[in-house]
Amino acid sequence: MGRTDLNVMIGGEAGQGLVTIGDLLVRCLARSGYEVVVTQDYQSRIRGGHNTYVIRTAVGKIEAARESVDLLVALNEETIGLHRDQMTGDGLILGDERFDSAAESQLKVPYPDLAEGRFFNVAALGVAAAVLGLDREVVARALEKAFGKKHPEALEQNLSAVSNAYAWFAGQTGVDLALAPAPERDSRLVMNGNEAIALGALAAGIKFCAFYPMTPSTSVALNLASRAGTLGLVVEQAEDEIAAVNMAIGAAYAGAPSLVPTSGGGFALMVEGVSLAAITETPVLIVVVQRPGPATGLPTRTEQADLEFVLHSGHGEFPRAVFAPGSVEECFHLTARAVDLAERFQGPVFLLSDQYLADSYRAVRPFDLESVPRVDPTAAMRGEIKTPYERYAVTDSGVSPRLLPGMSEHLVVLDSDEHTADGHLTEDLGVRVVQHEKRLKKSEGLLAEVVPPAYRGDDDPDLLLVCWGSTGGPAAEAAAAMTERGTRAACLHFSQVWPLVPDQFMARIHQARRVVSVEGNAGAQLTRLIRRETGYEIPERILRYDGLPLTPEFILRGLDG
Amino acid sequence: MVTLNDYGEFETAWCPGCGDHQILEAVKQALVNQNLSPHEVLFVSGIGQAAKAPHYLRANVFNGLHGRALPAATGAKLANPGLKVIVESGDGCSYGEGGNHFLAALRRNIDVTMLVHDNQVYGLTKGQASPTSPDGFVTKAQPFGVFNRPFNPVAVAVGMRAGFVARGFSGMVDLLAELIEAGMKYKGLALIDILQPCVSFNKVNTFAWYKKRCQVLPDDYDPADWSKAMHEAYEWGDRIPVGVIYRDDNLIPLESRLPGLIDGPLVGRGVDLQALQEAMDGFA
Repeated sequence: MGRTDLNVMIGGEAGQGLVTIGDLLVRCLARSGYEVVVTQDYQSRIRGGHNTYVIRTAVGKIEAARESVDLLVALNEETIGLHRDQMTGDGLILGDERFDSAAESQLKVPYPDLAEGRFFNVAALGVAAAVLGLDREVVARALEKAFGKKHPEALEQNLSAVSNAYAWFAGQTGVDLALAPAPERDSRLVMNGNEAIALGALAAGIKFCAFYPMTPSTSVALNLASRAGTLGLVVEQAEDEIAAVNMAIGAAYAGAPSLVPTSGGGFALMVEGVSLAAITETPVLIVVVQRPGPATGLPTRTEQADLEFVLHSGHGEFPRAVFAPGSVEECFHLTARAVDLAERFQGPVFLLSDQYLADSYRAVRPFDLESVPRVDPTAAMRGEIKTPYERYAVTDSGVSPRLLPGMSEHLVVLDSDEHTADGHLTEDLGVRVVQHEKRLKKSEGLLAEVVPPAYRGDDDPDLLLVCWGSTGGPAAEAAAAMTERGTRAACLHFSQVWPLVPDQFMARIHQARRVVSVEGNAGAQLTRLIRRETGYEIPERILRYDGLPLTPEFILRGLDG
Repeated sequence: MVTLNDYGEFETAWCPGCGDHQILEAVKQALVNQNLSPHEVLFVSGIGQAAKAPHYLRANVFNGLHGRALPAATGAKLANPGLKVIVESGDGCSYGEGGNHFLAALRRNIDVTMLVHDNQVYGLTKGQASPTSPDGFVTKAQPFGVFNRPFNPVAVAVGMRAGFVARGFSGMVDLLAELIEAGMKYKGLALIDILQPCVSFNKVNTFAWYKKRCQVLPDDYDPADWSKAMHEAYEWGDRIPVGVIYRDDNLIPLESRLPGLIDGPLVGRGVDLQALQEAMDGFA
């Protein structure tokens, strides 16, 4: 027997090492064959504050976080008070026997007997792993991998803390939270959304990244920076976001596929660069990892409120594409696709993620790296070039052969002013119309390559949930739960939110008897966009804008209400 | 041999008598003197009358946004360090809108030559004060005179120990060509602040005004002497020194320090699938 779906919350204050043991527990679970979905809730500070690291783990496929908690690992007393009400009926609180409220804990751990003070967190990991029925060897190997090389002196004490924790737990009775055996699986990766974006970018051939640090986007750049030497790329911390985007456009012009990661406030500074990429027809991938605004908002929380901002960013008219991955796998694949699309259509392409997905670890199958489309900016050089070379030669598709400066005798001239076909500034209004139409023509190509929204669930549903980006997993689980309750339900998930192709989804929307949109913002931004593009207004909305990710429970409450 | 003809002759949008004409002449001369072909050179400019200069010769050109020439040039140089990159713009673009990028570029020390047409006034927008306009300078936008003290780019650059800091004057074309050539040969960021008249909007700092004051640094002046350089950087009265004010040949340019560029430029570099596989395996 054993449990097939458990929600483990580790709570404490910053500096107690809860992320360290959360990451380790996730790896232990994944290596033991279980699925995981992580939600990290932390405050914008280095020390103190109440933080949680929640791991939902299951034997079968899961795609969303869960609110109710089965195992609460309380590293401090405050955690119990704050999360007591979230405990399931047979949930278990793992506390410290020295807590004043120790009576509330079903498991009162004598930490000083198990480890020295600075290893209490690892002792807590040991007890939690033992409660879940994980093999102690798996925990030991995870510790070796994490600390073996970097802190060999601490490894022994970490191992002993875990070993003591297992020994202590063996003497406890009445605890029944062990997981059912997991199926045999090939080895998987443990990766969060930002890491998958970085890996997808590398696989697609990104060679340059400029950034200004901004939560929750920074780790995209950090992941790239750590591989600058081994994979031959440059990651430059710019003086501001304006510099970052202009550097990226300059690098792309000279032949290095480029990306800039940022969040809403940083993107606000980059906006003039969006327009520059558009008129100079320079490929650039802009990754916007959303957090709640306006202004500084809630720096470490999540939201999906920058769709309209990104969609309308940049003065003037020009084509663009906006992707919104719903899972870690989609972060990888859509980033690679976005890099490729930017390169082929020569302009700005966006990837919209958010804090929830950025920090959400999942166990994923290794990616097939060879099958990823890899961009090659030098390709046009090998084609036939009409002389004199014109960077903005008018073509049927609107896409002109893009040569690179200094790589041949041809001169490559770009201008942020309206320009002639050879790139020089002009105020000839006839030329303006020709060049403007040439750029807009690229929309047709972008339209032909739109990723259709994914439809899952009952083919003739009573209820259809419409969502985008990271809300896809929770909405799909909510639809499945409704189906289980007897309401035939389905989910329509947009992983590309611009351009929209109504033929790809309107039949599904019209077919459902009840249509509800689910979004992580207050304005129902995708809902409004669908209305603008199709005239159809989704009649019901479930919207969340308290800084926390959508959950199946939140959606189900909204449906019931 | 590359000749002036290779760089062409073009009609300009500049006023007759504008210093821009002579700066363009000096730029071309410097390129020819180095025997550089147009395709080997990349000009990156911003917005303003000076920023149009790259359109008036044959070369690769990235005419970007106001104030943003340095970041775009930085990206291009990092993508392909083989390019000879020149940033060319005016005082408003380089020191006003692009002020933060200027400070960062001085620290970053990338091998880019920065030519600033410094006429102490905004020309393209018809005569407002610029960061280098003198205190009291009257314009339609500052009818009671400028209340700010002028920005001193040379002093700032020397103060930050940028590797190559020079001041030129559009009325001394041969000297200017020499300074540009020396700046381009310098391995690191080279700032050449070029004083020039604006015949339409600056009635104070005229050609004659500069002509009377600009004096070439003596032969025995040692640009490696930082204290003397700071002193010369602040000379702005009856005598304005022109020439290489400060020079440090011991700095290493950014692109020579980056691990990602050891095996060659970013442009044309494929994806090392084995290294990528190892990166992915690190997540297992």
